Amino acid sequence: MSKVDQSGAATDALVGGERRRRVRARRGVPLPLLVPGVLALAFLVLPLVALLVRAPWHGLPEQLTSAEVWQALQLSLLSATAATAVCLVLGVPLAWLLARTRFPGRGFVRALVTLPLVLPPVVGGVALLLALGRNGVIGKWLDAWFGITLPFTTTGVVVAEAFVAMPFLVISVEGTLRAADPRFEEAATTLGASRFTAFRRVTLPLIAPGIAAGAVLAWARALGEFGATITFAGNFPGRTQTMPLAVYLALQNDPEAAIALSLVLLAVSIAVLAGLRDRWLTTS
Amino acid sequence: MTDIDDTTDRLTKGVNGAGLDARLVVERGSFRLDVPLTAAPGDVVALLGPNGAGKTTALRALAGLVPLAGGHLRLDGAALERTPPDSRPVGVVFQDYLLFPHLSALDNVAFGPRCQGATKAQARAEAAAWLDRMGLTEQAGAKPRRLSGGQAQRVALARALATHPRLLLLDEPLAALDARTRLEVRAQLRRHLAEFEAVAVLVTHDPLDAMVLADRLVVIEDGQVVQEGSPSDIARHPRTDYIARLVGLNLYRGQAAGHAVRLDAGPSITTTEDLSGPAFVAFPPSAVTLYRDRPTGSSARNLWRCRIAGLEIHGDQIRADLTGELPLAADVTTVAAADLDLQAGAAVWATVKATQTHAYPA
Amino acid sequence: MTRSARRTRRMLQVAGAGVAALLALSACSSSDDSSDASPKSDKSASSPASPKLSGTVTVFAAASLKESFTTLGKEFEKQHPGTKVSFNFGGSDTLAASITGGAPADVFAAASPKTMAIVTDKQDAVGTPVTFVRNQLEIATLPGNPHKVASLKDLTKSGLKVVLCDKTVPCGAAAQKALEASKLKLTPASYEEDVKSALNKVVLKEADGAVVYKTDVKAAGDKVEGVEFPESAKAINDYPITVLKDAPNAEAAKAFIALVESAEGRQVLTQAGFLKP
Repeated sequence: MSKVDQSGAATDALVGGERRRRVRARRGVPLPLLVPGVLALAFLVLPLVALLVRAPWHGLPEQLTSAEVWQALQLSLLSATAATAVCLVLGVPLAWLLARTRFPGRGFVRALVTLPLVLPPVVGGVALLLALGRNGVIGKWLDAWFGITLPFTTTGVVVAEAFVAMPFLVISVEGTLRAADPRFEEAATTLGASRFTAFRRVTLPLIAPGIAAGAVLAWARALGEFGATITFAGNFPGRTQTMPLAVYLALQNDPEAAIALSLVLLAVSIAVLAGLRDRWLTTS
Repeated sequence: MTDIDDTTDRLTKGVNGAGLDARLVVERGSFRLDVPLTAAPGDVVALLGPNGAGKTTALRALAGLVPLAGGHLRLDGAALERTPPDSRPVGVVFQDYLLFPHLSALDNVAFGPRCQGATKAQARAEAAAWLDRMGLTEQAGAKPRRLSGGQAQRVALARALATHPRLLLLDEPLAALDARTRLEVRAQLRRHLAEFEAVAVLVTHDPLDAMVLADRLVVIEDGQVVQEGSPSDIARHPRTDYIARLVGLNLYRGQAAGHAVRLDAGPSITTTEDLSGPAFVAFPPSAVTLYRDRPTGSSARNLWRCRIAGLEIHGDQIRADLTGELPLAADVTTVAAADLDLQAGAAVWATVKATQTHAYPA
Repeated sequence: MTRSARRTRRMLQVAGAGVAALLALSACSSSDDSSDASPKSDKSASSPASPKLSGTVTVFAAASLKESFTTLGKEFEKQHPGTKVSFNFGGSDTLAASITGGAPADVFAAASPKTMAIVTDKQDAVGTPVTFVRNQLEIATLPGNPHKVASLKDLTKSGLKVVLCDKTVPCGAAAQKALEASKLKLTPASYEEDVKSALNKVVLKEADGAVVYKTDVKAAGDKVEGVEFPESAKAINDYPITVLKDAPNAEAAKAFIALVESAEGRQVLTQAGFLKP
């Protein structure tokens, strides 16, 4: 500052000011952040690049036109979307309860919600079998009373995916709710809105960006789900064989096919996520 | 429009049990609020007090956002203690307005009528009428973030009034505004409150807002009512240091005997009133004259030796905070301050003419 | 090493996304994977009694060999003090993929010649693999066989939930062969990723039957009931075993294979339900 003042002449000050700005711009990114940041990016992107480099491009058209691949892809998109819908319908209210109400053991309940995050998905699948399987704690009654069995069905795939994806949605929405001003809900109640109306007409629109972000996370997690799905819902083409299952089984004896399938899954998820980001996530 | 015409009709005034009759008791840890509050329809009551006195808590208790630990709350004869906030005939204008950011000004105002069962079209028509009345027709479609502070304040008022409340609550209605808009909005708000036919209670820490907007002031300190009365009465007869500072007076308590009041702590003050027993003495800082040397020719009987603890500029005036024989505030012009070479720590003599003091029974 | 390889497998199961699965695979291929269980670091422990055998022998073996090989591993450590046998049990195909991907192992015991071929085709094996046991398919049913399954044909009855191994894994390929030989068409509820998950579906009573190996039925004890079927004779799996080219501990590897092929090894294996080669 003083240097510029000393230079006196207006032009000098201008040049000085510009130089200063440039220096500041470079200073804006400290090396201790820049270097690990770029490393992190490389770490995330490099395996994907390797996938592209090693992809069996000549055999790709053949792989992609196989009916089984399309079946698996269709099933993946359908079940991930359905699982996201389940997460939204059940997870948003749970997030609201965690963020806006007080009850004994709330911290414990929050820990329970995040459990599927740390649980190996295969264990999650076994747990789902024990709970909702034909012989499971609840599944037994579902079968006896309604004739519903979940394992080996597409519904089972949705259940398994929703189980592992739900925490992503709940955590994301709860965080947004905590950051949102609860007094908007109070303002709504003083205007005659019930707590539910206040939630529906005020809170929900306010936290929409957080819900969208959580839904995208949940959808992405559901799309890539493998362990819980294959354990709980099994593997049958067209019914429970999603893309990750197809990739895993292809890996057993035809790694090239596995790479091709992975590319398809990758391309579709990038297309969907990029599309959503432009249309949805940036409007907040 | 018919609804709005009705609001100017003061039919309810004077009807038995009409208006607000409350004793608000709220407990929060060691803090206890216990405030009796009554008002007739058409009254505008200001709750005035320092930060943390419990004014906003009292307001939230009236709105039902904080449960009462005791006391009662009756509005137009109906007991509201157990009524949830969404069923109370109460409208609230919040401190930072809390306009719903995702709704237009029109839909913000229509929110209340909609919740009370009006169809979308009815609610919007009523909201449009309110906005029109507030002079905001052009802003009807604007989202809150596009409104100026004054416009947002009026939308918030319209939103609260659109539910036809029997009790209107305003929490620091002018605090979020800059100094210039504040004057204008204060005048408008005064007009709208004058037209409002039911009880209005506003909370403020600004005595000027309180005195301009309210018919009656209730001063709260530490959860208790310390003084209640008309603005002019309170300005002239403050009963606590806080109120005295608020209205810009030096205030002391002591024992009166004739024309002198012996203060509980220290010297006597000579006054023109003839009193006996416990009394207050008050005088404005502008009545104080300062000298560097002991004034020899002065006839003033009220002469004290003080030390300057701090100086503060108020426009072309400087307020000196004095300690010593008698702690007091004195206003001097900047010119006089320069002549006297006033600075923190300097020793000065302070005098006040008896004719400029005001004594009244405690 | 085993730990890292096992972690890899878990990642394969856990990570789900195909991308992640391949990521894990490429993680294996870094040849100087210096995990704490590196065999080199164990060289200090040596035994003067036996012909200079020491260190860790890493054995990648088909999941169906788990019980018998664990027994033989303990026996090996007893016979050669100072050595340690470290196992990685899994689907033969996954193991083969790990080996060709560069996972350091000494011995590979596969559940089918086809999966062994993945390794030999890449010239990752030393010499020709030898068949050391054979395994026959059996039907696993719920305890007490409530659906009265007596033949492969009975599994095709409607209303019965049957799981098979996926045809990419040996037990699935063998089941397919048996079904084709008897001209039966069976639509299972699921093609499981390995024989143990197929068996587990019956253990958990989610499926009424599964076509698995005799050895698996035996290992499951009374949780399932085995039903032999004649068509299984047409789909007997040979189990080949070999020392790997890049074996960090080739001497011990040879000694371990010798133990497997010895009379003592045979006895352990036949007790587990395997057939002699």
